[in-house]
Amino acid sequence: MSTDETGPGGAKTPESTKTPGEAGPDLLQLITPSGERISHPEFDFWVRDITDDQLCSLFEDMTVIRRIDVEATALQRQGELALWPPLLGQEAAQIGSGRALRADDFVFSSYRENGVAYCRGVDLTDLLRVWRGNASGGWDPYSINMATPQIIIGAQTLHATGYAMGIQNDGADAVAVTYFGDGATSEGDLNEAMVFAASFQAPVVFFCTNNHWAISEPVRLQTHIQLADRATGFGIPSLRVDGNDVLAVMAATRLALDRARRGGGPTFIEAVSYRMGPHTTADDPTRYRDANELEDWAAKDPISRLAGLLDRKGILSAELQQQVKDKADAVASEMRRGCTTMPDPQPMDIFKHVYSTPNSWLERQQEHYARYLASFGDPDGAVSKEGAR
Amino acid sequence: MTQLTFARAINAGLRKSLENDSKVVLLGEDIGALGGVFRVTDGLQKDFGKHRVVDTPLAESAIVGTAVGLAYRGYRPVVEIQFDGFIYPAFDQIVSQVAKLHYRTRGAVRMPITIRVPFGGGIGSPEHHSESPEAYFTHTSGLRVVTVANPQDAYTVIQQAIACDDPVLYFEPKRRYHDKGEVDESMDPRSALPMDKARVLTDGSDVTLVAYGPLVKTALDAASAAADEGISIEVIDLRSLAPVDYEPVVASVRKTGRLVVTHEAAQSGGLGAEVAASITERCFYHLEAAPVRVTGFDIPYPYSKLEMHHLPGLDRILDGVDRALGRPNSLSGLEG
Repeated sequence: MSTDETGPGGAKTPESTKTPGEAGPDLLQLITPSGERISHPEFDFWVRDITDDQLCSLFEDMTVIRRIDVEATALQRQGELALWPPLLGQEAAQIGSGRALRADDFVFSSYRENGVAYCRGVDLTDLLRVWRGNASGGWDPYSINMATPQIIIGAQTLHATGYAMGIQNDGADAVAVTYFGDGATSEGDLNEAMVFAASFQAPVVFFCTNNHWAISEPVRLQTHIQLADRATGFGIPSLRVDGNDVLAVMAATRLALDRARRGGGPTFIEAVSYRMGPHTTADDPTRYRDANELEDWAAKDPISRLAGLLDRKGILSAELQQQVKDKADAVASEMRRGCTTMPDPQPMDIFKHVYSTPNSWLERQQEHYARYLASFGDPDGAVSKEGAR
Repeated sequence: MTQLTFARAINAGLRKSLENDSKVVLLGEDIGALGGVFRVTDGLQKDFGKHRVVDTPLAESAIVGTAVGLAYRGYRPVVEIQFDGFIYPAFDQIVSQVAKLHYRTRGAVRMPITIRVPFGGGIGSPEHHSESPEAYFTHTSGLRVVTVANPQDAYTVIQQAIACDDPVLYFEPKRRYHDKGEVDESMDPRSALPMDKARVLTDGSDVTLVAYGPLVKTALDAASAAADEGISIEVIDLRSLAPVDYEPVVASVRKTGRLVVTHEAAQSGGLGAEVAASITERCFYHLEAAPVRVTGFDIPYPYSKLEMHHLPGLDRILDGVDRALGRPNSLSGLEG
């Protein structure tokens, strides 16, 4: 079924003539693709405190997370990671929003928000644990107030909403923030989460990174209207921002957080960006997307855009660029070291943490498998490269 | 001791939990002003407020999914799924999230969520209101699955389930909601029989009869009918379905040499198969006959006028007992 030209019923609808996610007058932008800072009567307020130093710091974070992404992709190609979901092109969406959060806010993300995890202060080795196949989760969620990233599309949006209901019960002013992509907007869980969030006016921010692709499916397959407009139907105010503009993303996120903290309920943010890389390292986008599209979006690159602004301000010195590059290289090499020196999990680890209290079924299986392994004399010797004998 | 119906006993247990732990919150459809379609939560919202006894929009995945978020925040959510057949929209949240988060977070995040499910048939309802979906959940690691068969257990086990740091599916035999029994409300759930233990209800020497939930009463009736014929049946209420407490079952079968398992759920891949296989593994040289399953059929739950053909009743259970004993029975002469 073609969804390109016609709406349901075959009639050409006004919405179907434009591609959801394209830039337009309804897109909040504070920095143009060429790096010009444009003023906005409402949203300038939300970034009024951002100094030149902070702009440089945002530039550094975005550069570092891109470097992390490149390094992780290389580690996958070198056989050190089983898989990696690149975020190339989405640095502004992740750093701009991640840097807007408070330490006591809680993030429920998908698997691609490694830039947000970086903002939360994640240990770099923990970032790779899952992708190396060493564990099912990387970090202790309470150590950085960020849940274990979700693989099931959209499921985390309900967790964020429930967490926000808990915040409400506690009388706290923290906010739950959930990240998901354009594909997730078709899932029942997100739609149910918006019903609950609206009904209870829960302090939750729905941050949708519209990167235009859900693996091979273009956003127009998920929707014929702007994603931000969906939220309106749930009674949730929404914002559509240029997701490659770090200031616009930060301004929108701050507004949404402020509303939630003041008891104003949920907000939906659609950050319009583009997934420049594959869905994961196992994907091949040349099978389904046009190289021209990539070129168009390369011209809107979030890091070049901020560099453009710094340049216009006369603060993009060679020294700054070198300093940022050195930092990125240092982080990448620390991460690589953490990855390659990560101790292998032990066979009996698979039985750990299934339950938090003793379980007779599992204890019996565990005991039997331990005996089986012990029957080889050396427990480690029982597992060959191909798996258990 | 007070005489309470099953439903009131659960209500009293929920009330105790709400009183004892401010982190306990109830979520579900119609559980507030109405008190639930079976009135199990009657009066609780009035006494504990709308933030602790929460009427939710009609979305089962969201009810369980928000409970996950509340658990992340340190709460102990108790979720009511209105009817057994309505649990499937929440399946992903239960199986992929609730069951696995403790494992996925390497023990950092606990999921002390109790999911209450009225289950089973015998109440003359239309489809989706009489199902026995327990095996889907006993097959899912990370979950605990319990059932109750008398008001005293209903009262104590619900409190144990809520206090448990692991997620628990608490299956309530809805056709027994109005049955009355003695309940000692002063009983401390911490000193009562733990929820993961089976209980031997009658001492017997000829056949071990394993039942749970709504069929425990039927099994007891069958045992007393058999006693009139001089057959001595040891009835065991399994109580916990995941994990099954095999110790008393093994001890019993080593004594009787014969096992009959009964449940309302369909036979193939059901809990009876698991019990029969495990007991065969552990008691093979003590068995005098093949284990016998007396269960619902492998059919969608039938229309109410014929449901009693689907549900194992006293006579079908006794027919199974005869099979285990090698006495003449409906399958006499058939092999395998």
